[in-house]
Amino acid sequence: MAGLQFTGVRKTYPNGFRAIHGVDTTVADGEFIVIVGPSGCGKSTLLRMVAGLETVTEGEIHIGDRRVNELEPADRNIAMVFQNYALYPHMSVFDNMAYGLRNRRTPKEEIESRVAEASRILQLDGMLDRRPSQLSGGQRQRVAMGRAIVREPEVFLFDEPLSNLDAKLRVQMRLEIKRLQRDLGTTSLYVTHDQVEAMTLADRLIVMNAGVAEQIGTPLDVYTEPATVFVAGFIGSPAMNFLPGTTTTDGRGVTLDGSSQTLPVAPPSSASRDKITVGIRPEHLEPTSPDAASLALSVDLVEALGADSLVHGQLAGTTQGSAVTVRVDGARRVAAGEALSLAVAPEHIHFFDADDGRRLV
Amino acid sequence: MEKRVTFSRRGLAFALVAPQIVITLVFFIWPASQALYQSVLLEDAFGLSRKFVWFDNFTSLFSDSIYLASFGRTIGFSVATTALSLGIALLLAAMADRIIKGATTYRTLVIWPYAIAPAVAGVLWFFMFNPSIGILAYMLKALGYDWNHYLDGSDAMILIILAAAWKQVSYNFLFFLAGLQAIPRSLIEAAAIDGAGPFKRFRTIVFPLLSPTTFFLLVVNIVYAFFDTFGIVHATTSGGPAQATTILVYKVFSDGFIGLDLGGSAAQSVVLMAIVIGLTVVQFRYIERKVAY
Repeated sequence: MAGLQFTGVRKTYPNGFRAIHGVDTTVADGEFIVIVGPSGCGKSTLLRMVAGLETVTEGEIHIGDRRVNELEPADRNIAMVFQNYALYPHMSVFDNMAYGLRNRRTPKEEIESRVAEASRILQLDGMLDRRPSQLSGGQRQRVAMGRAIVREPEVFLFDEPLSNLDAKLRVQMRLEIKRLQRDLGTTSLYVTHDQVEAMTLADRLIVMNAGVAEQIGTPLDVYTEPATVFVAGFIGSPAMNFLPGTTTTDGRGVTLDGSSQTLPVAPPSSASRDKITVGIRPEHLEPTSPDAASLALSVDLVEALGADSLVHGQLAGTTQGSAVTVRVDGARRVAAGEALSLAVAPEHIHFFDADDGRRLV
Repeated sequence: MEKRVTFSRRGLAFALVAPQIVITLVFFIWPASQALYQSVLLEDAFGLSRKFVWFDNFTSLFSDSIYLASFGRTIGFSVATTALSLGIALLLAAMADRIIKGATTYRTLVIWPYAIAPAVAGVLWFFMFNPSIGILAYMLKALGYDWNHYLDGSDAMILIILAAAWKQVSYNFLFFLAGLQAIPRSLIEAAAIDGAGPFKRFRTIVFPLLSPTTFFLLVVNIVYAFFDTFGIVHATTSGGPAQATTILVYKVFSDGFIGLDLGGSAAQSVVLMAIVIGLTVVQFRYIERKVAY
């Protein structure tokens, strides 16, 4: 068991492409860290650097108190679960799990007991003689997990392990991974682009964008206090509404661009500029009576999801842009073309600098 | 579902397949049936008289120690050629698989020898190993080995093995490289994390996954060594010295066209035909059940 430490980690590819622009963080022993971001943001690169499959251009990675920059993947005491499972197709399930142990000259009895234990945990008993091609997607996923846990590594690395599974199985395996990690207490790094996986699995999240760790924090922190516009828009579904605006002259409200509407909420005093971006989550906009409303919306489209409905529209009075999505109770009937009055609690309004996208506090 | 094209006029359909059928008939079926027919005849050298002798040609063939020796020699030659060309090709492909820069250039260069006619390939090696002017023979002499494939049967055999294998390397290389590139990178990475070094990875992961390719090439190379190497032998050693390089295809030619034993020669081609049919069956059987693991 060991923690993990990143110190100024950078990655530049030989062709000059800079994939990681400096990551600094410490992962505590036993912590479950999810690295989340859109494709191409460098999240897999970061994981592969921990695994030793990519070189570290600059900075240091420590596993426990060992600097691992120059260590071979085999010497880092990590195990990795790949997106396509990477099971050895010509070996039985047993041999797949035993391969790493045999390479480390583990005694035969111990290999057998560890594989038996892993297959019991993962419900793979009775399948040990099969080939990967004879297994279903979920079973292959379990074998890949089994191959990782029999090694009893210090760190688990997961590279989008659930993205090849169908939706139902994904939910089920997500729970299993969470349960397994909690029971084993092994430090884990988990890469995904799926925000639901990220929110549900993580003790802490690393939200990455274009090679930069934009925010590192617990899922709820990231949700309630997103550090940047990118994080605010990436975490949460449907995405947060962003309304560009200007601070009113008295500093006690925000005039929304292209509309006559003014949000009667004072932006933080640190807003040195007039131009700001207001962020409000769809679930924090409440339909209300016109006189109590802070915003008026003209409805374009309604998506009924059953439990709730997503109302898409535009700020009333705007000529263009400023699309707004509202999540309303599924029982409420809203029709296209209707005008909807909306209220929002001041604590649910986020302010961002319009230029660099940073949160204004 | 199988896609079927149906022709409304049968005539057109026949006209379209006719060229293929004519070529097969003229260049394959007819010579093959001639060989079958001749193999049961005893004919004088001038073709003035012939006699039906049933399978006498075959019985005399298999009681002929020279023929049996040639058979053994051919097997040795095929095994050596196949092993050498597969081994070198696998080595080159494994190295080419690692490089990214200049991969296309490298691949093109390695493929070139395949475009060279067997006789030319033979002559090329013949010159390099020529005891009086060959550079390799000269270098061997400097190392203390007196190379002379005119006199030494083993030297001559090594020469044709080298020439035959060299020509086949490019073909094998292409298939091996394709096979290697079809192995998912993540498998190799998983094995690296699992603590297997480069050689162990190759032995326990890459090579088993390459086995379908290897098997296919094994059959193709044996067929090549058995039947397509006439040009190389003819251009370099002409089967000598003292029949040391007279492999079966060459013996068919020398017995038939030089020795003018037409019946015996035809019987030999029938034997070769049986071998190639056998090998093709093995290959087809194998390709039909594609899954190897």
